[in-house]
Amino acid sequence: MKGKCFIQGIGAVTAQGIWRADFFEQAREIRVSKAYAEQPSYKELIAPNMIRRMSKGIKMGIFAAQQALDEAGGEDLDGVITGTGLGCLEDSEKFLKNILDNDEEYLTPTSFIQSTHNTVGAQIALRLGCKAYNFTYVNGAVSFESALLDSLQQLETGDAQSILVGGIDEISGHTFSLKQLIGEVKSDGADETIRESQTRGVNYGEGATFFALGSSSTMESYAEVVDVCIQNRLELGEVEEFIDGFLERNKVERAAISAVVIGNSGDMEYDYYFDGFGQLFEDTYQLYYKHFYGHSDVASAFGMATAAYVLKTQQIPEEIVWKAGKQMPLNYVLLYNQYKGRDHSLVLLKRS
Amino acid sequence: MSVGIGVTGMGMVSAIGLSVTENLSSLAVSRCGITQVDNFETRHREHVLVGEIKLSNAELEERIGLLKGHGVTRTGMLGILAAREAVQQAGLSLADSSVRTGLISSTSVGGMDVTEKYFYSYTHDPELQHYILSHDAGVSTQQIADDLGLKGTVTTISTACSSAANAIMLGARLIKSGRLDRVIVGGTDALSKFTLNGFNTLMILSDTYCKPFDQNRKGLNLGEAAAYLVLESDALIAKEQKPVLAYVAGYGNANDAFHQTASSENGEGAFLAMQKAFAVSGLAASQIDYINAHGTATPNNDLSEGRALLRAFGNDVPTFSSTKAFTGHTLAAAAAIEAVYSILAIQEGMVFPNLNFDTPMEEFGLIPQTELLRRDINYVLSNSFGFGGNCSTLIFGR
Repeated sequence: MKGKCFIQGIGAVTAQGIWRADFFEQAREIRVSKAYAEQPSYKELIAPNMIRRMSKGIKMGIFAAQQALDEAGGEDLDGVITGTGLGCLEDSEKFLKNILDNDEEYLTPTSFIQSTHNTVGAQIALRLGCKAYNFTYVNGAVSFESALLDSLQQLETGDAQSILVGGIDEISGHTFSLKQLIGEVKSDGADETIRESQTRGVNYGEGATFFALGSSSTMESYAEVVDVCIQNRLELGEVEEFIDGFLERNKVERAAISAVVIGNSGDMEYDYYFDGFGQLFEDTYQLYYKHFYGHSDVASAFGMATAAYVLKTQQIPEEIVWKAGKQMPLNYVLLYNQYKGRDHSLVLLKRS
Repeated sequence: MSVGIGVTGMGMVSAIGLSVTENLSSLAVSRCGITQVDNFETRHREHVLVGEIKLSNAELEERIGLLKGHGVTRTGMLGILAAREAVQQAGLSLADSSVRTGLISSTSVGGMDVTEKYFYSYTHDPELQHYILSHDAGVSTQQIADDLGLKGTVTTISTACSSAANAIMLGARLIKSGRLDRVIVGGTDALSKFTLNGFNTLMILSDTYCKPFDQNRKGLNLGEAAAYLVLESDALIAKEQKPVLAYVAGYGNANDAFHQTASSENGEGAFLAMQKAFAVSGLAASQIDYINAHGTATPNNDLSEGRALLRAFGNDVPTFSSTKAFTGHTLAAAAAIEAVYSILAIQEGMVFPNLNFDTPMEEFGLIPQTELLRRDINYVLSNSFGFGGNCSTLIFGR
C-alpha cells in the first residue's frame, strides 16, 4: 500500500519575520524590489563564532528547519532535502570577488567551502548529527518542488517515515544589481505591490521555509501532500491539459478544489500564465503569497506553508485573497507556480 | 513488485575523449588526459595539473552548432554533447509524449565559467548581458533539455562531488515509482577559476599527476567532463526490444555528518552509503567484482574511503581502482563518467587501472589494480563523495 505524506511542522524566516500563528494578520505588503529577511536571533541555535562566519542563507535554513522540527516533535529523520535557486550566493560572490580583485592571491577557504549549493542541507545534518539521506536540488523555480517530489516519493514507498524538506534563497549585492540590469528584478525605485504592478520583473524576497513531513497524521497535522508535479516548459495553451492530467491521475475533480494558491509575482511579462490558470478556476477562491514573501525560486515553499495554514485552520485570511470565490469546506488546495514560462509546478494538498 | 532499470544509452566527454568510444580507447591503453590549464588564464598554471577538454568554447559552439547570442556556458555545452550521444545510442524519439521522459542533471559550478569572466563587465557591456541568466546551476539543465527537445520532468541536483550519482539514483527511483518511463541522468561541470582557486585554498591540489591510494599522494587534479545515461523501465525496454547495456542494481546515499569538507576518519558516511546500496540491490558484498572508487588522491579521502571499504567488505575487498588519474576529479560529473566506466567494465570485461600507484598506504594493505585486467565482471560498485558529507554509492549489474 502506498504510504502517505503529512505536513507535521512548519518553519520560516521571511521579510515579515518568522513563521507564527498571526503571520498573515501582521504581514505588510512588500513594495520594495529587494525584500531582505527580518533575521531572528540565532544565539540559541548556533555558536557565536559560527554566527559570524555563516551566511544568512545558512542561518535562515538552520532556524527554519529547527522551527519545523520543534513543531513536529522529535523524531529520527530519514532525510534532509533542500532546494535553492541561487545557492549560497553571499559566499559565492565573496569568493569570486576575492579571486578577481586580488588576481587569485590571498584567498582563504571559508567562503569557498560555504559556497556549495548543498551547504545548508549539510549544515543542518551536521548540527543534528543526521547521517540520513541528504539531497539538494537547484533548478530554478522548481527547486523546492523537486525536493518535495523526492520527499513524497520516499514516504510513499515506505523508504522513509520522516523527512525534513525546505527551500532557501538569499539576496546578495552584485548578482542582484545584474538581475535588475536585465529586468528580472524590479528597479530600486519601482515602489509597486503585486496588485499595482505595471512593470516587468519581480519584487524579490529572500528567506527559508521548511517542513517536517511524516508518514502518519496526528491531530496537529497541517495537511496531507497528495501529489506534486514539475514540468520544464509549457505554452499557455497547454496549462489546462497539464492541470487536468494531474488532477485525473489523483482522481480529483476540478470542482473539488476548494481554493487555489497562485505564484503571481507582479511580473507583467509573464503573469498571464497565472491569469490563464485563474480562468480555469473562475469560481474558486484564489490566494496569493508573494506580496508577503516576495518572489524567489523557492518562494513557492512559502506558498505551500500558506496553503497548509488554510487547510489546518479552515480559514482564509482576507490578506491573502487574490480573488474571492465560492465559499465551501476547505478540503483540497491546489498550488500552481511558474517562472518566465518555465519550471511549472503543481502541488495538491488535502485536509488531513 | 520490483521494477528493473536498464541503461540503454550512454554519452560522455572528458579529458580522455569526446565520446564513450574514445574514452574506452584511452582507458584501454592507459592514456591519461592530465595537462596544464590551456583554456583560461590562471596564475596557478605552473603549479597545478588538470583534466581539461582540449576544445575552446568557440570550438564547442561550432561542434554543437550554436548561433551567436546564445547563452550556453561551457558547462551547458559539455552537457549537450554528452546528452546527445546518450540519446542517440538509446535511439530515443523525444517528440513521442506517450513515453514519460525526464532529465535529471547535476552540476556544481553551473555557469560560473562565464560569470567569472564577465562579472564586472556586464554592467557596461550590453553585448554580454545575455549570459547573466546563465549563472544559475539549473540553467545548464534547461539548455540541455531544450537542445534535446525534451518537455517534462526536468530538474538538477547539486551535492558537490556526489551530484551525478544522486541524479542517477533519483532517476532510477522515478522510474521505480512509476512516475517516469525513462529518464536521462548524469552531470556536467566545466573547469573554472572559481573551483581551481577554491580547491587550491583548501590545499588539496596536487602539483603533479595524482596518485590515488598511494602513500605519497599529494592531492587531486581537477577535471572537467559531462556524462549521461539513458535509463528505461524494463517494461518499456521489453516493448521496444532494445539492447540493454547494464542494469542499475542498487544505490544509496548517506551523510557523514562529520565536517563540511573533510571525511570522517572511519568513513562512516561512505560505509552507510554502501550498506544502503547492498540492501536496495539485494546483493551480498561478495558478489561485487570490481569497485570504481572515488579515490580523489587527497590524503583525507583515500584514507577515509579505504577504511570504509574495509568495513564494508572485510578482508576481501574486491579488485578496485580509481580512474581519477585519467580524467582528473570532474566534481559533479565524476559519478556520471565513472558510471559509464563501470558499465564499460561490465561490457568489455575490463578493470581499468589505477594509474601512478607505487607505494601502499601505511594505514592498511589495500592495493589498487594498477594494470588493465581482463576478466568477467557481473557487478560493479561505484563510490562518489562530496562536500557537506554527501556520500553516494551506485551498483551496476550485467
